[in-house]
Amino acid sequence: MTASLALSLRGIHKQFGAVRALHDVTLAVRAGTVHALLGENGAGKSTLMRIAFGLVRADRGTVDVLGTTCAPPFTPSMAIAAGVGMVHQHFSLVSAMTVSENIALGSQGRYDPATVHAQVRRIGERTGLVLDPNARVSELPVSAQQRCEIVKALARDARILILDEPTAVLAPDEAQALLAWLRTFVAEHPSHAVVLITHKLRDALAMADDITVLRRGERVAAGVAHTFTEASLADAMLGPGERTHAVQQEVMPRVDAHTDSVGAHHNVITADAIDVRDPRNVLRVRGASFTVRAGEIVGVAAVEGSGQHELLRAVAGMLSIANGRLSAPSDIAFVPEDRHRDALLLDASLTENLALRDAGTRSGRMEWRTLATRTAALLTKRDVRARDAQVNARTLSGGNQQKFILARALDDAPPALIVENPTRGLDFRATADVHDALRDARDAGIAVLLYSSDLDEVLALADRVLALHNGVVHEVPRDRAIVGRAMLGAA
Amino acid sequence: MDTPIAAPSLPVRVAVLRSPLAQAAALTALTLGVLVTLLLATGHDPGVALRALARGAFGSWYAFTSATLVRAVPLALTGLAVALAFRAGLLNIGAEGQLLAGAAATAAVLGAFTSVSAVIALPVALLVGMICGALWAGMAALLRQRFGVLEVISTIMLNYVALYLVGWLVRGPLQEPSRIYPQSEGLARAFQLPTLFTGTRLHVGLVLAVGLSTLAWWWLRSTAGGFRLRTVGMNPSAAFTIGRVNVSRVSVWAFLVSGALAGLAGAVELTGVTYALYESISPGYGYTAIAVALLARLNPLGVLGTAVLFGALQAGGNAMQRDAGVPIALVHVVEAIIILLVIAGDRLPATRAERSA
Amino acid sequence: MITPVDDFLAAAVRTATPLALAALGECITERGGVINIGLEGAIICGALAATIAAGTVGGPLGVTAGFTAGALAGVVVTLLFALFTVYLRADQIITGTAITLLSLGFTGLVYKTVYGTTGVGLTIPTIGDVPIPGLSQLPLVGRALFAQPVITYALYAIVPFLAWWFVRTHAGLALRATGESPDAALAAGIQPRTVQALAVLAGGAFAGVAGATLVLAQSGTFVEGMSAGKGFIAIAIVVLGRWTPLGVAGAALLFGGASALQYLFQSLGWREVPYQLFLALPYVLTLLVLARASARSQAPAALARRQLTVG
Repeated sequence: MTASLALSLRGIHKQFGAVRALHDVTLAVRAGTVHALLGENGAGKSTLMRIAFGLVRADRGTVDVLGTTCAPPFTPSMAIAAGVGMVHQHFSLVSAMTVSENIALGSQGRYDPATVHAQVRRIGERTGLVLDPNARVSELPVSAQQRCEIVKALARDARILILDEPTAVLAPDEAQALLAWLRTFVAEHPSHAVVLITHKLRDALAMADDITVLRRGERVAAGVAHTFTEASLADAMLGPGERTHAVQQEVMPRVDAHTDSVGAHHNVITADAIDVRDPRNVLRVRGASFTVRAGEIVGVAAVEGSGQHELLRAVAGMLSIANGRLSAPSDIAFVPEDRHRDALLLDASLTENLALRDAGTRSGRMEWRTLATRTAALLTKRDVRARDAQVNARTLSGGNQQKFILARALDDAPPALIVENPTRGLDFRATADVHDALRDARDAGIAVLLYSSDLDEVLALADRVLALHNGVVHEVPRDRAIVGRAMLGAA
Repeated sequence: MDTPIAAPSLPVRVAVLRSPLAQAAALTALTLGVLVTLLLATGHDPGVALRALARGAFGSWYAFTSATLVRAVPLALTGLAVALAFRAGLLNIGAEGQLLAGAAATAAVLGAFTSVSAVIALPVALLVGMICGALWAGMAALLRQRFGVLEVISTIMLNYVALYLVGWLVRGPLQEPSRIYPQSEGLARAFQLPTLFTGTRLHVGLVLAVGLSTLAWWWLRSTAGGFRLRTVGMNPSAAFTIGRVNVSRVSVWAFLVSGALAGLAGAVELTGVTYALYESISPGYGYTAIAVALLARLNPLGVLGTAVLFGALQAGGNAMQRDAGVPIALVHVVEAIIILLVIAGDRLPATRAERSA
Repeated sequence: MITPVDDFLAAAVRTATPLALAALGECITERGGVINIGLEGAIICGALAATIAAGTVGGPLGVTAGFTAGALAGVVVTLLFALFTVYLRADQIITGTAITLLSLGFTGLVYKTVYGTTGVGLTIPTIGDVPIPGLSQLPLVGRALFAQPVITYALYAIVPFLAWWFVRTHAGLALRATGESPDAALAAGIQPRTVQALAVLAGGAFAGVAGATLVLAQSGTFVEGMSAGKGFIAIAIVVLGRWTPLGVAGAALLFGGASALQYLFQSLGWREVPYQLFLALPYVLTLLVLARASARSQAPAALARRQLTVG
């Protein structure tokens, strides 16, 4: 078996401070196969693959690429030279540079654009991954950026392609096309291999030859794909007790009885043909009309960069409307996707973070004692794990930070709540808690507008779905295939 | 909505040294250590030099009040100006220019008010000094908000402009009547700030510095406005997104208040110490203020302590130059090294943590 | 015949030379994502080191020694800056300010220690003008461009070379990628820390040479604080030049012209205009230019960012 291994990691250990990220993990990727590395957020998948690519140094263990052991210090440039290419979840492209400059990045000596252009064209002809070498990356749609990442790897003769959650940013049809291409890639090159990092059972079962499952930094299962079932994979991924809930969520999005009663509630947010421009004055949302009623969750489905960022901020009152009419309450609560950048004072106490909510309108003296009591009560009520109200926000885990942010948003029962990628980076437990909090808010009569880059999350939570493509909004039935096509502009 | 510029990470917390007394002791020890090292490196006898320094700074009641504390007053006011700006995430390096603007305006007002009662003229002059300091800073604030100009650069440029402006004033409109010296006419006795103790040069500016520092400390800690300013300094993006704070407005006000404090330092220096406007009215107080503020961890009350420390260093530095032949520039080197050591002390543990991750 | 305008243009190019050198160095540094506010410190240290070296060595070799020492001093100062900002990830602005203050104090201290408080007796070799036969006879621009010290001619080669190097070499791509997105650079097998440290040191060398130019090609002596904000003006020049070598050269020329205006007006006999106005002009111009340029969008995306990688 060893002879046919494209990539082999053995006995990998990695500790981040007090956190054990990986413990004695082994991964064997056979040549000519697509291998799914499955696990929930925080299970250690990305860390393991960052070790295989030299971005992270393992504390112990060995990495073999195409039969050669890579001696430490193992760096990305050595990984690239050994034939490993990695497509990161958040792309590693320089958006201000052109496609060909990005592809050339990391070599030595003179840079000759003509040579690289020819290379891009050659790869395009051979693989069907066609790109304009002169285009600036910032001007490319997200699927083309991903193509650029893959071409970048292929341009350096990558024989092992590692893709980190590649379907997360794509519409379903785009995702299908990508996965099909990956199959062709290994079929045409029997010595090559693909590693697919994913937390989606569906992708793993549908596309992979072999599956390795990680849970809390340990390998809990590995084998040929057809020996697994959705149930056995969910068991392995989440540990026994959690399965039912998870499978229900991903495989059969819960259909809420709630939908029927929707008509009885009044509109909280009404957008009538609104246009929204971003701070650079680029028109990002065009003529959007929709409503969000009290007691419902309206989900926005869109591929990255379709205008959802601006749409949400306009409704939250943070961006002005260029045209049209928007009626929305002034005390809307907003939960932005980037917790650290937009939602927390990391080096201030939780009490101060609670006070942040009204910082713009408050006057007079700060009632710190009252605020501290309120914060402490909130931590208990919403089950936020923190020593007390005086610890800095930075000391909380990501899941508890997000629970705190949601609790703060819902603290004075706002009429409406806008949430953006509310579970990004959270593990399964925290994700479930956030989902429960959102459903509770909905059931308490709050109008919720939700955007998630994970279509399945939108389908699982939303009572109604708005598809957003290139700044244009359509309400669509809550059907995965229909929503997926609408995200790509096929109404 | 303009994109808020990220707040700088500033040394605001101390890990080990909790009590103010322990901090003061540690700072003094640090300063002395750096000083001795430099003295040895430049071939001076540390014993002789330090004795001169101690004599100049603390050697007598007169030395302490009229040299050390007299210098601590403008350092405390400019240090407070810098601390407040930094707390709001604004890197105001322009306290020097704002100080000069304040001093020039005060000189101009008092020059014009020769026939007005001092009870009115003096407060008005100080107030105009503050306003002009605020306006001088306001230019940088405007450039930052409207055009995104880095305030570090604009405030430094404004420092030079202020210096040449004063240079022109004292050779032009504000020059003393005999038109021999490049300085303004000396203030009449009535227009000078009263001294606190007879026989010393220590003036009521000290009371202003202590009062304003205390007020600023309370305001930052206990009022909504102070909290707003801190949120903008800590994370302008979160202040806007979650708190709906008008970040631009808070920034502009913080800049204006910072400039007003520095302008007051100039007004107080003119009416309390120099009694006339000239180009070298400030031996770089506005720059030392950065060290004063950083060393105080941007705490307004701490600024009082570090201002006395640096006041003593400068007073003693003059004595060292006079009695031990040690260039006064050495004191500035000590100040800069202390800033760097404070930064390093803050970053080293953090870097080590990041490394292990 | 030499007219006041000829004098003005020649003075503009002469004053622009150290500004352009410092700004080109800063351009390299900023393209790598680091803003070095300590540039001023590197200039003044370069000036003092050049003075000492040229004075000690003396003779024609002294000039070479001066420029070499200037560059080395610039590198040493920015090594400290690199240590703090690239390796400790300390705030670039505060560190740069501290390093400027340190350098201004340090050069004053060393100058007094070496030359005593009087500072007299400074006789150091300087670099003379080398008129290029033929070209220097051209009308209007002849003297301005082709009757200058060799260091100015060096710029004529450095500017196009840098412009080419930024876009046509892999090292240039790596530098720009680091300034735009250190994460992307890392993933492409580039070491962002190393790139940034080298970019900072290169900027320091340029700034040190700029300081040496102030002494060896202009004043012929060292004066405390003689950098007089040129480091900060150079940073403004980089903004105005939109982070391109050609733009930077043009912007430096504009500032040189502003500084040289005083000579023109003096020779035209406008004595009633206060000379402080001319002294203040470059600084006012910097402010106006920065407001006009308002070109932050052109800046490297990761400029002044402390956290090297997000992942």
